[in-house]
Order: sequence, then structure tokens, then C-alpha cells
Amino acid sequence: MHCWRSSRPDNNPPLAIDIMKLPFLPNHDDPSFFDFLTQHHPALTPTGRSGFLQAQASAEPMRGAGSMSVPHATTVLAIKYQQGVVIAGDRRATEGFQIAERRIEKVFKIDEYSAMAIAGAAGPCIEMAKLFQVELEHYEKLEGVQLSCEGKANKLGQMVKANLPMVFQGLVVMPLYVGYDLKRAEGRIFKYDLAGGRYEESDYHAIGSGGKDARNTMREHFLKGLAEPDALKLSLLALYNAADDDVGTGGPDLVRGIYPTAKIVNATGITDVSDQQIRGIYDGLIATRRSKEN
Amino acid sequence: MPMPYYVSPEQMMQDKAEYAKKGIAKGRSIIAIEYVDGILLVAENPSASLYKISEIYDSIAFAGAGKYSEFENLRKAGIRHADLKGFMYSREDVTARSLANGYSQSLGTIFSQELKPLEVEILVVQVGHNGQPNEMYRISFDGSIIDERTFAVIGGKSEAVQALLKEKGLTQPPELQAALTLCISALEQIGNQKLSLESLEVAILDRTRDGRKFRRLSPADTKQLLSP
Repeated sequence: MHCWRSSRPDNNPPLAIDIMKLPFLPNHDDPSFFDFLTQHHPALTPTGRSGFLQAQASAEPMRGAGSMSVPHATTVLAIKYQQGVVIAGDRRATEGFQIAERRIEKVFKIDEYSAMAIAGAAGPCIEMAKLFQVELEHYEKLEGVQLSCEGKANKLGQMVKANLPMVFQGLVVMPLYVGYDLKRAEGRIFKYDLAGGRYEESDYHAIGSGGKDARNTMREHFLKGLAEPDALKLSLLALYNAADDDVGTGGPDLVRGIYPTAKIVNATGITDVSDQQIRGIYDGLIATRRSKEN
Repeated sequence: MPMPYYVSPEQMMQDKAEYAKKGIAKGRSIIAIEYVDGILLVAENPSASLYKISEIYDSIAFAGAGKYSEFENLRKAGIRHADLKGFMYSREDVTARSLANGYSQSLGTIFSQELKPLEVEILVVQVGHNGQPNEMYRISFDGSIIDERTFAVIGGKSEAVQALLKEKGLTQPPELQAALTLCISALEQIGNQKLSLESLEVAILDRTRDGRKFRRLSPADTKQLLSP
């Protein structure tokens, strides 16, 4: 029997790869979806726009970060308690002196055991949360196991770092990440800096324009090993105080019935705190405040 | 430059097909079967960590028979395709049909252009919800694609298993337990040996679950399911 001898030298790359629609990449063994996008579909990454923006910037010298008018999301916080972590955020997005959005969600479920909250330019923030969700699910499906809590936090740090060019354009993305570490059996809180630096917080943290006000409240009332209802109440109190002092942070909107959102991450997974429960806590808080005024 | 030997295209395709078929038949069979709440996938697999069945997306699963390294690459390609599509558009826009088409294109191109065809046969199944029917696609080494109903079998003595299942004359999707018993007995009958639960890889696409429908059943889960 004859066999076909190809005239093509054997060390040539396989022909088929580039013309197929399915991303069949026998030599690409990276379980990261973010790296896959960066390599093969750079236009879909958050930094994909920077080429376009840089072209604009070189035509007109940059006036410095913050000169662009983009909706900014504002106070988000996380508190550790005995069994896990509470993560909460207000609902307001502003554009200059205008309110851009009253019901924006700043706390995202990322997977069964982690959540992230964001401060910064709303569009890129939401995009990063969405990309991070896909990233973790992608890894889990390809590798057959979930990333460790620390691994997830590091990956998010790399994504924040990759966003650095956008920061110079005024599109800041600042996440606060919480996860339940199954191996250590405890909740963990991670904060980041704009260069992708990752720092673990031992008790609580808040970021955004009202972050400092929220941190002040938490510092006064935080105790190690809080019970879940107390931690939830403290997080909502901190948000309330932040909204009191910071124009960028929205308080409970009693007329429209819009309240901050909160999620609880512990050994059983992640759960949303119901609107009703949050409303109940705020009713109590507001009644206490009102009694002080009289 | 030396002239290549001439081989007629017919002969070449036949040789390649024979080569691929031989590779696929060496392995063991994998069955996908519809049950009341979704689709059950059962594979004979002595390894507890090298999977033949895998999740691709919310309601889509993959099974591969033949050469592990080759269908593993295809599996990864499918996950990339699905995650990319879901990220670009929306989660509901990821369908088994487009994925199966992608696989068919890839396998067909490799079969006709590469010296060595892929020795794989794959299965892409999607559980339907809100009254939508389930979808099951069987894709061969040459890219040919077959739309299956009720059940699908790949790898090993797939035709014999298929004939055996056909004999049962299923009209209604059975309960999960009945479907699993049926699959195990079919695999045992064809393999002519008793199978331990540890040597089975079992997974379901359960339409009653929220979000991701795929779930692996451990030997303990299977044991519990089979005990009356």
C-alpha cells in the first residue's frame, strides 16, 4: 500500500488551526480565560480600548486622571464575622454633580464561595466583575477543580494590574474581594491598589469615596467574632454614616424603596440578604436616630 | 525535489477512516440517555481523575471517546468557545447546536488536511428547559454529525450497545434510577463482565437545578441512587 508523502517539511506548523472557528489550540494549555482573551481577542479585554484612547490622548495632551466624565460608584465594605464575611454596598452612581443611577448593584457574586464589590468607573467595574466570574468558572471547568481562595485573590490582582493603562485615562477600577477559604475554614478580605498590589485585611475594610467614613464607624463598633446579625447591622450602619457624610454615597431611599445590598459568604456558600431584612434593620436604625433629634 | 507517491484521494480517505475507527473501537463505550428531568451520561472509566465526561456550559455537557489527549484538547476548545460566546453575548446564546457545528468543522478540516486524523468520537448534549426539547449530537472523527434522539452511544462497541438499547423500545424517558440501571446493564452485557461502581463515571444534566445544570455523581451518590 502506498502512503502519501507530504512535500511539506514536517516541522511546519499544522495547517488547520488558523482557519477553524472553534478555538482548538493544542499548544495553548493556559486555564486562564483572561489570558486567552488577551492573546486571541484583545478587543474584548477591558484594556482593549486603551489603544483607541491612547490615540486620542496623543492628539490632545492628557489633562490628568478624572477629567473624563464617567459614572463613579461609591461606598462598599466588608466585615468578617464568626462564620464568614458580610459584604455590602450602596446603590448610587454619580456623574459630576448629577446622580447617574439610583439602583446600581456594586456587590457581585463571583462564584459559590466568593464575592466582590467595586468602586470606580461603573462601566469598566462591571465589566471586570463579569470577566472575573467567567475567569473562575473557566478555570474550574478546564482543570476540574476550583482555584484556592488565595489563587482567586491573586488572579484578581493581575486583572487590576492589567487595567493600569486605563487608570491614566481616568477609568479607575478598584475591587474589594471577599472569599470563604474552605481549607482554613474562615472568611477572608482582600483589598487592592491601582498597580495590582494585593493586601489582606484581618477584620474589615471599606473603599470608595465614602470608604473613610464607613471605616471610622466600623473601627468604633467592630469586635472579633461578631455574630452574623450584628455584623450585618454594623455594615448597614457604616453605609448609613458614609451616606450621611459623603455626597457620592446613597443612603436608604425610603420613598422609592431602594436600600443598600448585602451578601453573606460562609461555609454553606454565598447568600443574598433579602431586601426585607435590610429594610427592617434600617427601620430600626432610623427610629433610633430620630429619637435622638427630639 | 522528490515527487510524492500518488495515492488516490478515495484510498487515502479510506485509510484514514480505518485508522481512526480502529483507535476509537479500542476504548470503552459512553452512553447518554434522556431521563425525566434531563440527560444522564454514563462511561466506563477505571480512572477517577481523568474524566471522559465534562461540563461545557450551563446546560451543555461533553463526552469524548478514543484518544484521551485528543478529545481533551477538543473539550478545552469547546469550553473556550462557550465561555467566549457567553461573555461576548449572553449566557442564553450559548447553544449545543453551534458548538456541535464548530466541532464538526474542526474535525472535518483535520480529517481532510492533516496526515493523521483525530482518533475520537464526541458527544455534545444540551438539556432543554421551559418545554424545550433536549439536544444530543454525536460527532465522528471525520466531522460527520448525527442528531440523536432518546439515547446516544460513542466509543468501543457502540453499535452493539446502541442495538441493545434500541431493543428496550423506550417510548417515555425513564426515571433517573431506571435509566442508570439500564445503562449499567447494557455496558455489562456488552463487556461481558460485572462493573463495580468505582469503575463508572456518571454525570447528569439536571434541568431542575438553578444556573449550572451539570453535576457529577460520585460512586457513593450512584450507590445511594441504585439502592431501593
